[in-house]
Amino acid sequence: MPEATPRRSGWGRVLIAVYAVFAVAATGRSAYQLATQAGEAPFPYALSALAAVVYVAATLGLAREGEGWRRVAWVACGTELVGVLVVGTLSVADAELFPDDTVWSSFGAGYGFLPLVLPFAGLAWLWRTRVPG
Amino acid sequence: MTDWLQIALSVLSFGVAVLALGYVVRDRSADRFLLGALGVLWVGTVVQLVYGFVALASTDRDVHAFVFVLYLLGLVAVPPLAAWWARGEPSRAGAGVVVVAGLLVPFLLLRLDTIWGGGA
Repeated sequence: MPEATPRRSGWGRVLIAVYAVFAVAATGRSAYQLATQAGEAPFPYALSALAAVVYVAATLGLAREGEGWRRVAWVACGTELVGVLVVGTLSVADAELFPDDTVWSSFGAGYGFLPLVLPFAGLAWLWRTRVPG
Repeated sequence: MTDWLQIALSVLSFGVAVLALGYVVRDRSADRFLLGALGVLWVGTVVQLVYGFVALASTDRDVHAFVFVLYLLGLVAVPPLAAWWARGEPSRAGAGVVVVAGLLVPFLLLRLDTIWGGGA
């Protein structure tokens, strides 16, 4: 069944572009951290890797057609929202947990709070383009 | 490595972003003129790439060369990818994609400068 509104047309295109930037940046950052300094701060670096997977999945889920990919996008954006809220809160409450920053530290303050805004935008877009019924 | 090239490129890139924002406000899709502006920006990033490679080859500084090169390559990839992604969109959201690219390039230049200074 064709979707009511394709996810990658209209403003979805801008959203996907921003997600793609975060996917590339998070993947690069995570790969670099794991390759060069994995033993130094395992917890934040594991989180960086998780963030990278989430952003790649969200980008693909939003950009590709089909209900399967839509479900991927829901899960990815949902995980992202939980991630940025939990990690953001933890990083403010207990700085010692995070000897090195992740993209979600301090609710993404290092990235202009975009990591906090993005999941809301992603979920809102998925809701707006949902198949009626 | 904060020098005339990076400043000029940043100004140019912000200019492209403002131009694209004008398209969004006036409800116009990305046309040839806007994509041409992206093309000019792309030439600028290629110049930065070459300049960056030369600077890296002739410096004694302790620069994370691998990361530096990745950022240079990423920088050069932004304008053509943005043009491709914006072109397929008939609404003003296509110009919105160009706004994102125009803001991303100065950010990458800033990161390049940080890495050049020995940061990561």
